[in-house]
Amino acid sequence: MRGDAVSLLPVYLAAGTAVLVFLCDLVFARVAVTVGAGVLGAAATAVGAALTRRGKAFCDDTACSWVFDRPATLVAVAMAVITAVVLLLSVPTLRLGEIPAGEYAFLLTASMTGGVALGGARDLIALIVALETLTLPLYVLVGLRRKSVESAQASVTFLLTSVIATAVTLLGAALVYAATGEVRLSALTTALDVSGPARPLAGAGLVLLIAGLAFKVAVVPAHAWAPSTYDGAPLPVAAYLSTASKLGGIFALLYVVVGAGPAWYHVTGPALGVLAGLTLLAGSLVALRQRRMVRLLAWSSIAQAGFLLAPLAALGHAAPADLVTATVAYTVIYLIVELGAFAGVISLRPAGADGGDLAEYAGIGRSAPLRSAALAFAVVGLAGLPPALAGLFAKVFVLRALVDARAWAMVAVVAVAAVVGLAVYLRALLPLYRSGTAAAPRAVLGSVVLGVLTLAAVVAGFAPQVIFSLARP
Amino acid sequence: MSALLIGLLVVPLLGAVAGFVLGGRAGRIAATVAAALTLAAVVPLAFDRGAGMWHEVDAAWLPDLGIRFHLGVDGVSYPLVVLTALLTLLCCAYTLWRPAGEGPDTARLSALLLAIEVGLMGVFTGLDLIVFFIAFEVVLLPMYAVIAGWGGPDRQRAARKFALYTLSGSVLLLIGVLGIGLRAGSFDIVTLTQHPTLTRGTQIALFAVVAVAFAVKAPLWPLHTWLPDAHTEAPTVGSVILAGVLLKMGTYGLIRVGLGVLPEGARAVAPVLGVLAVAAIIIGSLVCLAQSELKRLIAYSSVGHMGFVLLGIAAGATSGGLAHSTGVQAALLGNVAHGVITGLLFFLAGAIKDRTHTGWLDDLGGLRESSPAMAGVLGFAALASLGLPGLAGFWGEAFAVVASVQLGHGWIALGAIAAVGGALTAAYLLRLLRRVAHGPATSAVTGIAAVSRAERWAWAPLVLLALLLGVVPALVSEVAAHSLQADEIEAVTR
Repeated sequence: MRGDAVSLLPVYLAAGTAVLVFLCDLVFARVAVTVGAGVLGAAATAVGAALTRRGKAFCDDTACSWVFDRPATLVAVAMAVITAVVLLLSVPTLRLGEIPAGEYAFLLTASMTGGVALGGARDLIALIVALETLTLPLYVLVGLRRKSVESAQASVTFLLTSVIATAVTLLGAALVYAATGEVRLSALTTALDVSGPARPLAGAGLVLLIAGLAFKVAVVPAHAWAPSTYDGAPLPVAAYLSTASKLGGIFALLYVVVGAGPAWYHVTGPALGVLAGLTLLAGSLVALRQRRMVRLLAWSSIAQAGFLLAPLAALGHAAPADLVTATVAYTVIYLIVELGAFAGVISLRPAGADGGDLAEYAGIGRSAPLRSAALAFAVVGLAGLPPALAGLFAKVFVLRALVDARAWAMVAVVAVAAVVGLAVYLRALLPLYRSGTAAAPRAVLGSVVLGVLTLAAVVAGFAPQVIFSLARP
Repeated sequence: MSALLIGLLVVPLLGAVAGFVLGGRAGRIAATVAAALTLAAVVPLAFDRGAGMWHEVDAAWLPDLGIRFHLGVDGVSYPLVVLTALLTLLCCAYTLWRPAGEGPDTARLSALLLAIEVGLMGVFTGLDLIVFFIAFEVVLLPMYAVIAGWGGPDRQRAARKFALYTLSGSVLLLIGVLGIGLRAGSFDIVTLTQHPTLTRGTQIALFAVVAVAFAVKAPLWPLHTWLPDAHTEAPTVGSVILAGVLLKMGTYGLIRVGLGVLPEGARAVAPVLGVLAVAAIIIGSLVCLAQSELKRLIAYSSVGHMGFVLLGIAAGATSGGLAHSTGVQAALLGNVAHGVITGLLFFLAGAIKDRTHTGWLDDLGGLRESSPAMAGVLGFAALASLGLPGLAGFWGEAFAVVASVQLGHGWIALGAIAAVGGALTAAYLLRLLRRVAHGPATSAVTGIAAVSRAERWAWAPLVLLALLLGVVPALVSEVAAHSLQADEIEAVTR
């Protein structure tokens, strides 16, 4: 191996966190210590990732399998922060004792390790291994609500669809390798530009790769697992699924699509465009009919995945860097408000409860005004309306990229989905302020996390340029 | 000086936070002080004017998308800025001295009024389309809360209707704003006004979109049905702000964004706008003639009066060139006059309803006997509202008709019908006076409390302004004409 071993530090930190959590649970067997170790480890990973200097590892003369660059830093920091937030939100649930805290925290931090590794992985094998490391622990985490049948069902659905998706991804990678003899992304750009009999093989491989990865992002038609899985899983795990899992999937897709290079934009662009369009329409329309809070959030997060992918539809018609920037900027803002929405739901529900029906929230706006306001703020942010400016700017980023690329069909679809989305989010919002008797439990930790996330969303709204610069490749 | 512009947003915001946090009497005092400081910050803006925009703040906000934090005030917006600051102060002071007995803590009501003021100031000073849109939206939630929290018995339904109507308007506005900004490559209203780049077809499509959004707010018939409900249920101060300045966001938007940025589109759509405006005048007046509830009557009269303003805008759009257009001048005058007079009328309606606990004209009557002062002010406000020459209401409505007739052809008919509507206005307002002020005193009216000091202080500035604008309409029209001309000269010379 040649390269800079120090650039692997964030992965070591993440893996070390998982081990530390495991040991803490063995030695102390106390929720506070286990979760505390996990949160501290995740924080250390985030700080470590932010400070680690750029570098490459596992290189030969032409390419590297590990590149710790700007996007890799972004992914690593985001994964660690999400994990810390989810761990903190899980404390009330873990205190009930129904879910084993040690296993829970270990699995979550193990998943974080996969996420951190994904950011820097620059060959197909490393990428798929990292993505599987991110996903594998989630099968168990989803099924951890022991007494719940829904939880077990959710876990099985998730496992089955995920395994198929992985198989498809691997088949795609194998075909690409067969056609080019190359798995490293930076070398793929030239290697994939083949002609002759290898070309259809490479094309098929690429399409299969995209299809398999689309599953992680819960893109139509590989979306059906998401609503039942989110609703059956413990709430913090659903929050993790809708943020970390999506973040991993979207970056894997970006790496593959950009790695495949301009020679294939005429295939990857329209393919992603069709996926994004279907996802936007199906996600927002079906979300309109949901009666349960988490299912509504799940369908809306499917629609959000459409917004994430939408700029990539214009690949080949605009500078790829601009399109990728729009996608990444939208992703970052989405992560903040989506986590905020889940934090709001978690802090308003009794410990260990699921998201419940929308009707169960009637009157909660009066009994817990601040938390309801924060949840409302996050939901408005998802809709993309003021006063949650971050969401508005996120949508402007996407539209701007598409308008610059003159992708008018996509602009129309995005606009329609955004308008339908308003009705969706109004559906989630109105029950909070209807008259009713719902009461919220005390949730000090949850409220603090919610407050910090809301503050982050406010700051992102007033200084969107910061996020835009972060998103620049 | 330009720092004052930012102060217009920051001071009420701080006041709103202070009102919320302190609560009770201290919160109400803090809110009133903030409102007073805002008005104090507005006054110096009239001096030391630059050409074109009097004062400007222009800072990069999101350079990658060309979105700037651009605020400015000129003759078109300044009268509305003053009106906003004045009415908010009056409402806060009114709430301070006359806290409504029921409902949640009235310090929160004051805080919400200040939050609305932040949005209004943003709309009237925003010179970047995104800033303008955001400010437009900021107003929605606090106003919803004001109606839903302190309103009458049917407040929930009225508040929901208000929210749904304005929200659908907002979606259209967002589409229009993004359409303009992304097609033209700039979100800056001044740049877009001076260097129009959009083709005629694009302008027509975009104007149609934003015009509907503004028409909901203004409100233009047939999109007005949220207004009577909202006014009937809203608390007194809510109605004053709603009629006094909130509706003006629609007409101001039509002038600044519609006529300014999309002149070709406005010209093409103007006849439709004109017909609808005249329909609003006639229908509003006819409904008023049959109306038997005090606040509902005043609300419907707003539909008619705003119809005159919109007629002025439509005529102005057709004559082209903002500067010499009688129509736009009339619209700006009518805007401010309506804000002053209807604000006063709603204060009076609130005072009457507070005392008699009824708004039905059948139960009122003989106010002149039991409270001559109140009846006198009501008479004054009604005369101002019906457009008696010498009072504020006259100029806007008369010149909207004149501007329309000047255009010839079908516009003459529109002007004539609008004039008939003006006569109907006189009829229903005199009917209102006869029913409320004259006749034998009813049981509800007898023995009511005299006009309190808070009320006198709240009404006096509005009465004076109605008189002042009636005698010296140039206060509004001159400054506006100057700014409009400067804009045009700059556009031509570049």
